[in-house]
Amino acid sequence: MQELQYFLTPWLDPQLLFLVAAGTFAGIYIGAIPGLSVTMAVSILIGFTFTWDVYPALCLMVGIFMGGVYGGSRTAILLNIPGAPSAVATAMDGYPLAQKGLAGEAIGLSTVMSFIGGLIGIAVLAVAAPTVSDFALSFQPRDFMLLAILGILLVGSLSGESLVKGIFCGAMGLLIGTVGMDPLTAEERFTFGFTELWGGISFIAVMIGMFGVAEALAQLHHVDKAAVKQTITRIVPKWSSVRKYLPLSMQTSSIGVIIGALPGTGGDIAALMAYDHAKRITKNPEVPFGQGAREGLVAPETANNAAVGGAFIPMLTLGIPGDAVTAIMIGALYIHGLNPGPMLMVEQPQMFWFITGALVLANIFMLIFGLTGIRIFTKIVEMPRTVLIPLILLLSIVGAYAVNNSITDVYWMLAFGVIGYMMKQYGYQLAPVILGVILSRLLDENWRRAIISEQDSLGGLFKGILTSPLSFVLLAMVLLIFVSQTPLWAAFRRKIGLAPQNQDTLNT
Amino acid sequence: MHDKRKRSAGELGLNAGLFVISLILLWQAYAISGFESLSSPGALPMAVAFTMVVSSGMILLDNFRNAVRDETQFFRDILPPVVIVMMLFIAGYAVLLVPLGFLPTSFLFLFTSILYLRKRGVAFALTVSAGSLICVYVIFRVVFTVLMPAGIVPEAEILSAFGRMFGGAD
Repeated sequence: MQELQYFLTPWLDPQLLFLVAAGTFAGIYIGAIPGLSVTMAVSILIGFTFTWDVYPALCLMVGIFMGGVYGGSRTAILLNIPGAPSAVATAMDGYPLAQKGLAGEAIGLSTVMSFIGGLIGIAVLAVAAPTVSDFALSFQPRDFMLLAILGILLVGSLSGESLVKGIFCGAMGLLIGTVGMDPLTAEERFTFGFTELWGGISFIAVMIGMFGVAEALAQLHHVDKAAVKQTITRIVPKWSSVRKYLPLSMQTSSIGVIIGALPGTGGDIAALMAYDHAKRITKNPEVPFGQGAREGLVAPETANNAAVGGAFIPMLTLGIPGDAVTAIMIGALYIHGLNPGPMLMVEQPQMFWFITGALVLANIFMLIFGLTGIRIFTKIVEMPRTVLIPLILLLSIVGAYAVNNSITDVYWMLAFGVIGYMMKQYGYQLAPVILGVILSRLLDENWRRAIISEQDSLGGLFKGILTSPLSFVLLAMVLLIFVSQTPLWAAFRRKIGLAPQNQDTLNT
Repeated sequence: MHDKRKRSAGELGLNAGLFVISLILLWQAYAISGFESLSSPGALPMAVAFTMVVSSGMILLDNFRNAVRDETQFFRDILPPVVIVMMLFIAGYAVLLVPLGFLPTSFLFLFTSILYLRKRGVAFALTVSAGSLICVYVIFRVVFTVLMPAGIVPEAEILSAFGRMFGGAD
């Protein structure tokens, strides 16, 4: 019963309730406005909520995460511009529906389906996480080391145009994370004699630079794009149509949770896989897929919201973020003195149940806000980028400054913004960099623990890996990623409809 | 848009730059503790710097072999003037933030950048930047209580004056 009390904490405290609501509301708009992304918003927010207590800060961020994943579908339907990468699949059938004058119905249906998907994802999180966490207590340092490598490699191979670039970006992030005094021996690493670097480079500065400034600068390329207006009719969907798509939504939610729970894969992949699944199992769609099939709308929307619950599983139980957003959430937990990992469930079970409670609440608010205020909404998303971009840049600077009240952090943030912008232009992905920065400490500590326990013998370490079933599976998965770069895998990617694409086509 | 089969303008330069930086970092990583032991503080930095050298080397080599150029021009498609100007604006913002303070610098930044991007006239830029700055200030300074450099505007005094006006003597 203790758990229920923790679970209900955000529901019963008016302040926390308000923050979840405000976060979800803001998240819907942030996810929807092309040019603003959830990663951007959460990374900037860490700077602002730094001085808060952990509960209110978490409420706001959980709300933004949940609302943002859903919000991306709005602009995908209305403007054919996915507000977030996870809404790419939604646009395929959502926009044709809007063109037929059914925008309101499409939004209503996607809202209800996102709600169902979200609930299933959270239910799985609540059931699975304690088990995974118990299991993770038996993990050896070498397993954590392999998991961290696996996470970075997965993000690197799935998000970008080439694995080599992903590996470079992941390694770069890991290196940025090692700058400063070594936590074990206090030896200086990459400080170049500057005392300012002893404390390391603030990872928030790196995050805001890469997701705030670099993104905003990239948006300047299409600053003059005009918005298309749509008419909105009926919004709340008919009960009969919800019931009709319920079986499909159950299947696609399961896909969403599983994909979301794998380290390195998030809502965008889940949505595309679910879309493909719906296409295969729907024998006679009323309208062909790609021309406004409602199945094509239901599948990705349930899957990407179910993936949110899934993504929290490795993040909370192993401390391994699944994608850029969860990497930033882990950063936020670090800032508030929490250490996500198997010990979190043992030492602070209230944290887990609190987050679960906040997620359910955010999901409910998403349903409420999703079905109301759409007409005002269409006005707000037409906000010109010429105003939006300067504002993002301003908030990025303020956010980077606020964490340590340090102007040095602002310079770092700007430097990483410019580097990130240039790298983005040439097809490098920034998500592996962030994952690297976040996982650097975990990887460093666990590598050293693993190798010390084997008396500095590489042979001993390999023997350990090969004789433990878990370590062996993890190593096999790491190797599989390298194998997956062969033409065979490219054929598979084409089959699931996942053409290699650039991040800025997704975010615009 | 970047095309992976062709070489974009400046791509070779960036890849070469990343390769050289990786080499320098590898040398720096070696300087931490050399090949002392596998568990030394320099072990992971050396491993990741080595990975950076190898991967950036592969990217560079691949890029170098690929002689076909796409249609991109560096100062039109990769780093257009508008991006350079905005980069200079934010650099200016960062330099002026501490001496001038948050409010005047932010206003100056918003006003000039909206004026430059929108080209809609001074009145539009003035109203929008003032309006949005007020929103940002209220949300972040008052609600989030973020402390920003005050600079030349006596914000704290003004805020407490407001507080006295509405909230009595405190």
